[in-house]
Amino acid sequence: MARSIMTPAFKIERDEDRCIQCGVCVRQCANDVHHQDEDGWMWVDDEKCVACQRCAVLCPTRALSIKEYPIDFRSNQHWTSPTIREIYAQAESGGVLLTGMGNPRSYKNFFDHLLLNASQVTNPSIDPLREPMELTTYLGNKSQNGSEGEKPQLELDIPIMFSAMSFGSVSINVQKSLAAAARELGTFWNTGEGGLHSDLLGYGKGAIVQIASGRFGVHPDYLENSAAIEIKIGQGAKPGIGGHLPGEKVSQEVSRARMIPAWSDAISPAPHHDIYSIEDLAQLIETLKVATRYRKPIAVKVAAVHNISAIASGVVRAGADILVIDGFRGGTGAAPMRIRDNVGIPIEMALAQVDSRLRDEGIRSQASLVVTGGIRNSADVLKSIALGADAVYIATAALLALGCHMCQMCFTGKCNWGIATTRADLTKRLNPIIGSRHAINLLTAWSHEIKEMMGGMGINAVESLRGNRLMLRGIGLTREELDLLGVKPAGE
Amino acid sequence: MLLKEGQVRIPSGCAIAGILNQQGEGFDGGKIISCIANMHQRSNGLGGGFAAYGIYPEFKEHYALHIYFDCKETRANCESYLNKNFNIRLQEPVPVRKHERIKDAPIIWRYFAQPKEEKLAYEQLEESEFTARAVMHINAVIPGAFVASSGHNMGAFKGVGYPEDMGEFFRLEEYKAYLWTAHGRFPTNTPGWWGGAHPFTLLDWSLVHNGEISSYDTNLRFLQMYGYRCTLQTDTEVIAYSFDLLMRKRGLSLDETIHVIAAPFWRDINEEKVKRLRRVYASLLLNGPFSIIVATGNGLVAVNDRIKLRPLVAARKNEFLYVASEEAAIRVVESNPDEVWSPGGGEPVIGLLNGREKLLDIPQCNGPAARTA
Repeated sequence: MARSIMTPAFKIERDEDRCIQCGVCVRQCANDVHHQDEDGWMWVDDEKCVACQRCAVLCPTRALSIKEYPIDFRSNQHWTSPTIREIYAQAESGGVLLTGMGNPRSYKNFFDHLLLNASQVTNPSIDPLREPMELTTYLGNKSQNGSEGEKPQLELDIPIMFSAMSFGSVSINVQKSLAAAARELGTFWNTGEGGLHSDLLGYGKGAIVQIASGRFGVHPDYLENSAAIEIKIGQGAKPGIGGHLPGEKVSQEVSRARMIPAWSDAISPAPHHDIYSIEDLAQLIETLKVATRYRKPIAVKVAAVHNISAIASGVVRAGADILVIDGFRGGTGAAPMRIRDNVGIPIEMALAQVDSRLRDEGIRSQASLVVTGGIRNSADVLKSIALGADAVYIATAALLALGCHMCQMCFTGKCNWGIATTRADLTKRLNPIIGSRHAINLLTAWSHEIKEMMGGMGINAVESLRGNRLMLRGIGLTREELDLLGVKPAGE
Repeated sequence: MLLKEGQVRIPSGCAIAGILNQQGEGFDGGKIISCIANMHQRSNGLGGGFAAYGIYPEFKEHYALHIYFDCKETRANCESYLNKNFNIRLQEPVPVRKHERIKDAPIIWRYFAQPKEEKLAYEQLEESEFTARAVMHINAVIPGAFVASSGHNMGAFKGVGYPEDMGEFFRLEEYKAYLWTAHGRFPTNTPGWWGGAHPFTLLDWSLVHNGEISSYDTNLRFLQMYGYRCTLQTDTEVIAYSFDLLMRKRGLSLDETIHVIAAPFWRDINEEKVKRLRRVYASLLLNGPFSIIVATGNGLVAVNDRIKLRPLVAARKNEFLYVASEEAAIRVVESNPDEVWSPGGGEPVIGLLNGREKLLDIPQCNGPAARTA
């Protein structure tokens, strides 16, 4: 067969002086990049390399390094290398470009244009080593008047949860890692639209179970065995479209969890076919409340799109107890590249606008606001809360903690790190005990950082930071951007 | 040019003091002046003031409006608004004396007024809510006018200067009140504005405050949802409105209110009801250092932030209750108190007139919430 007109994206360099021909790279690569013949001679097929770094990391003598292919095209600011490659790929395949993880483009990142405050003289900073520092957060409708009872609430020890990633899109060991970590951390994990694997039934009460347009895996016990229910309308990585789990990922186990035939494509439609407008959403919310006897908060997740404020207002008025907004940096197991990279708006803008809008309408207390989509570190968490969020969801950061190397090839099912795969031989590479330890470490570290920064601001309870935009200043933002975010410029 | 209070948020440090005669017997302003004067270094001459309860017994059914005007046109403007909405039994300048250290005083008048029946019927409001909205309207909409106080049988006397000078300026030795609170201010960046001095008041509430609230914007944005217009951008205003929302509009008890604004740590809360209050009113937790004295016609409550980042001392002698930033301020007027103590963080000192059970007598509130007019 003729070779592709593309040069490979990556070049694998093997230091022959270091290589001991042990064959680890051959065994570790699910993409069949590395080969070894009977004489022990090593050779590579660079074209198949996705730069996941599995071989380079596991090579015992550090003989391997992976580089971008030296010169792929003559430099051009308009026709960049990825642009040309995408055209070649489509010319060869005739298909929609698929990709994984979140929008990697160089759009303005507003988190990086916000600075936090600290106390000096006029009020004291608080030392988290000496004073209690509270991160406890409750999610749910709080519109009632304290003395007359209360709607169901989720109690979080830290204002960070693990976002929806279905079994099927990720391996069972990812879910086991995160479910165990969530329990240890006093927070929640989210099943995604993939049902609940029987191994995880014991973690149901720590889970937010998702109901999406495919209704996969939804049954009375699934709803009952949960902390809360999330209706997924949209996802930041692919607003406006549904999901597609290819048949080859629908193993027997996935088939059981999703209650669909094995090896058949699992297609989540773009809209819920029983929700064609806001009043239909209100009915589904009410149905789920009745089905769970008003004992669980109902969340609704939407992607951040242009008129997000009006959508948010509608969703809250439709009865959602928790509103989840997923920004355009949000990750995915598989999405059309053009959609991931071009649809939606930044979460910082969506959050600021929605929080203000709900306050203007006097309904902010009716629902908690959870944001997600590209939260990278504890400072992003804190800035989100100061802009108005009650809590955040993380997913990409959690997967990185589990070993993901961001090759963005989740949709192939051949994840060498045992994360975005359902293959048993790959899945077992992720040890759930080690995985959960890493996830716990990550959020423990973030909690320390959050407490440190809160103390610096003279705040010892996270609720006093919520919507406290005076604790933020913008840098390098236009007047209009500052107004939209509701923050003052640095110096003012 | 320096922005004046209301255009910019100005944090400040301060001295506070309060004296209550629980028998309800009036005593003149000399005592509270000595008290606050003894803490002279805690203020810097950019704000001082007093609240006095029981000073207008002959008009106790009327709202006593103390209003500051920057010029007489503003006064005319404001009076036409007042005349449209209130029946005014008496209006007169607040008596003052010339004082060498008090400069740039505004025009200061008082009005003893009652909302017009037809206006109440038209607005579908009970009179306290109607009056509260009128006060916010004047402060927000009539430039150059500022309502210094608006309660029954009480008044605020405040301005730019040291509190002891302010007391002389306002001739406080001529008033007899059963409850006095006082404030000396140390703002960190202000040209000084009479409206920005303490006490801050709304209806029968008055508040003096020492501290800087780190949760300011969280508190403010929550209050804005319920129609409060925070025109001064001060912490004090936000604290006063928090009390007003919780006690007058939501009907919470004083105890419950303290559990909201100086909420105990989660780990220390055993009662489900207290947890619920903290959850529902999380945005009204006042975070950061403060000591405050909140007074009404029924008495006072003094309280610190939950980890006591500002000083507060209390003392008792017979029917007198004293609270102040420093013990020295109490000792100067009562050298031999029966009891002196330093309350813990979030632990209120409550002093009520004999026979009163609540800090605030709540009128029937039929309006859902104050809304922007």
